[in-house]
Amino acid sequence: MGAHHGPAKGLGRWLFTTNHKDIGTMYLWFSFAMFILGGAFAMIIRAELFQPGMQLVEPGFFNQMTTMHGLVMVFGAIMPAFVGLANWMIPMMIGAPDMALPRMNNWSFWILPPAFLILASTLLMEGGAPGFGWTFYAPLSTTYAPPSVTVFIFSIHVLGLSSIMGSINIIATVMNMRAPGMTYMKMPLFVWTWLITAFLLVAVMPVLAGCVTMMLMDIHFGTSFFSAAGGGDPVLFQHVFWFFGHPEVYIIILPAFGVVSQIIPAFSRKPLFGYDSMVYATASIAFLSFIVWAHHMYTVGMPVAGELYFMYATMLIAVPTGVKVFNWVSTMWRGAMSFETPMLFSLGFLVLFTIGGFTGLMLSIAPSDFQYHDSYFVVAHFHYVMVAGAVFSMTAAVYYWLPKWCGKMYNETMGKTHFWISFIGFNLTFFPQHFVGLAGMPRRIPDYALQFADFNMMSSVGAFIYGSSQILFLYNVIATIVSGKPTSEEKTWDGAEGLEWTVPTPAPYHTFETPPAVR
Amino acid sequence: MCFEAKRLYRLALGPVLMLLAMVSAGAWAADGERSTVNMSPGVTEVGQTIFDLHMIILWICVIIGVLVFGVMFYSIIYHRKSRGVTPATFHESTTVEIAWTVVPFIILIAMAVPATKTLIDIYNFDDAEMDIMVTGYQWKWKYEYLNDAGENVQFFSSLSTPQSEILNAEAKGEHYLLEVDEPVVIPVNTKVRFLMTANDVIHSWWVPELAVKKDAIPGFINETWTLATEEGIYRGQCAELCGKDHGFMPIVVNVVSKEEYAEWLAGKQAEAAKIKELMAQTFSLEELVERGKGVYERSCLACHGANGEGGVGTAIAGSAIANGDMQGHLDVVANGVAGTAMQAFGGQLNDVDLAAVVTYQRNAFGNNMGDMAQPIDVYNFKNGQ
Repeated sequence: MGAHHGPAKGLGRWLFTTNHKDIGTMYLWFSFAMFILGGAFAMIIRAELFQPGMQLVEPGFFNQMTTMHGLVMVFGAIMPAFVGLANWMIPMMIGAPDMALPRMNNWSFWILPPAFLILASTLLMEGGAPGFGWTFYAPLSTTYAPPSVTVFIFSIHVLGLSSIMGSINIIATVMNMRAPGMTYMKMPLFVWTWLITAFLLVAVMPVLAGCVTMMLMDIHFGTSFFSAAGGGDPVLFQHVFWFFGHPEVYIIILPAFGVVSQIIPAFSRKPLFGYDSMVYATASIAFLSFIVWAHHMYTVGMPVAGELYFMYATMLIAVPTGVKVFNWVSTMWRGAMSFETPMLFSLGFLVLFTIGGFTGLMLSIAPSDFQYHDSYFVVAHFHYVMVAGAVFSMTAAVYYWLPKWCGKMYNETMGKTHFWISFIGFNLTFFPQHFVGLAGMPRRIPDYALQFADFNMMSSVGAFIYGSSQILFLYNVIATIVSGKPTSEEKTWDGAEGLEWTVPTPAPYHTFETPPAVR
Repeated sequence: MCFEAKRLYRLALGPVLMLLAMVSAGAWAADGERSTVNMSPGVTEVGQTIFDLHMIILWICVIIGVLVFGVMFYSIIYHRKSRGVTPATFHESTTVEIAWTVVPFIILIAMAVPATKTLIDIYNFDDAEMDIMVTGYQWKWKYEYLNDAGENVQFFSSLSTPQSEILNAEAKGEHYLLEVDEPVVIPVNTKVRFLMTANDVIHSWWVPELAVKKDAIPGFINETWTLATEEGIYRGQCAELCGKDHGFMPIVVNVVSKEEYAEWLAGKQAEAAKIKELMAQTFSLEELVERGKGVYERSCLACHGANGEGGVGTAIAGSAIANGDMQGHLDVVANGVAGTAMQAFGGQLNDVDLAAVVTYQRNAFGNNMGDMAQPIDVYNFKNGQ
């Protein structure tokens, strides 16, 4: 039926495509490229921190590396990776032929690479790239910033635009294009988490845009939003930034929740435990994400009533997050589990994300946070959530759906090897950072006191192991696409459920041109 | 296949065991030796309370973790397809779902109570016996003792670790990167209030053993306090990214007996009185150059190089400013250069040191102006602006 609608030939296929699968593929490859770039920055950071003393880079350049690492990983690697996954999977999961707004879809991808090219180009500029951290606190990022900050602001605007368009598309698709019978409470959890994520994005990306616009005004047009000298307030910056920034971390983790909620039931051969409560928990987390932002700012000198409020609200997040973890464990309980690569990465996610959740709970206690704040303890915490949370689940997703995407099976041994090297490398990198943080090592420093030396060396070795394991991943994916064992089974995994497993393998260029019936 | 389960079990258990190691490490910290793996209870009551809160919440997490991971690994081992089990089909249970929503909630309330108490305690600034104004600069700290009778005592405190240690040319000392030229001194068993602000960007004053971390924000004044119960030297660092040398602006607090403190303060006041006296004097070129060399090494060298060859800052050797009009030179040094890393030293150095350093720059590194600035010239320059 779709034979006369095959992909166009040559470069034009990719430039002008409105096909959700093509666009999804491009998002995924782009995000992987950014993952490697951001990873390279991390390797420079860890190489410098391998021993006390300055060996490889200047302190100023070190700051540029931490800044670019954060920006590239958050905005270039993790977010586009999940958007790519949403593009590929949401239409196939809800029985839609494509995304609701295909041309905008093309546009929201194609403005991304230029935005990152612009951001990366700051590294070559006079005065260097932004070195004020991915949180770019004013006035370090305004009055005291290098000239490249203006370029940085522009690129943030562009990628914000891309995210907003992407989210509108996802909302429109999920709300309008579900197959008949696919009620909201029948949607796969990945679709649910993305729907909620998309709302978060639409709500907070404009806040980020406003924040950087105020910076732009302060730098070039003589305003003083963030300068006390002109009647403004540097702390206002932090309130605005974290009003975006806190929902942002859930924007990163919610789709990851969605992914493991698909994979764990599949390999447990048992339906997801507590589907309804999963949906409500996701919505609660999203709601709470808007009212807890100042827990990133316990030390700025808020009044005690403010501190107490943000502490209580933040502690509450543990409840819905706990529900999710308990649900996943209950899904496994009395299932019939097997441990192929996607399941291994999902279990890695579950264990390590839970540890990240625990440290998050510790951080929410405001008095203790006076000791944790801006230390390596925080670095360890958010890497447990971002890397072992988001990146592990993303990796699980790739192994899980790759056979469906390209009709070939990846090498299972290599996949498992990838998991174990990643798992060991990751923990070796980040677990010791809890210790140095508690012992008093501040984050974002290029050199450190001698008592932190052993754990930092361990951390660096772990980082090199984790980093190099990604080459194995890349090799495995390319080898699969080029010369993997062909498979045409509709259901790659015997326990997998969902409409995406009812279409042929590999998934044809157009799927669900007539909507499927959903019981 | 079962081999794999055991492997998974062992490896994933690693973090739990490491957490337990972390917990037991907490016990050593109590001996006074600062732990390298856990938070320090420090030498204040607040620090001890914070440490206790930290350990309670850590234990709660460990217990929940052992339970959750226990159930998880039990099912990983026993509920495996390879053991030929048939999967159950249940997918909800209102009772357990309510239980695991309510129980965590109760635990949280139990946790919130002591946390609230501690926080309110930390926010009680009453009855401070003395005030110290702390100002963050890129990249050093200024301390100003506020409510003492007599001469105003204020000084800058910056990293004293030599560049050669940082650049690995020399062996690193015991307190590498955690040592300063002039520590802040406070008396023991005295409630000291710190007023925090900053001159340029946001900094954060963190001394773990005094249980103090507070942001120093330009244009605003934050307050915090400490009450150290043990004499000793306590070290900390700036905790908020503040630019290039963020990692190189440590804090050293010297907690001494009340008598020793009084003695120290009297000494500082005498020093301040002496500077005042010096400001009225006239110096010879040699005297100024000699004093200026010391000032240069403390305040200018990091950016302008040991031989005035430049670096982050422009070269002073042969520069138009150091070889030009004296007023112009004073202007640059006292007021800084807007939009560059050149700071305004007018408020950081006293008039004697300013006169000395300007004179030194005009007569060193091959610059040979032969002229000099006297403290009175600096005074007049500042007041003539």
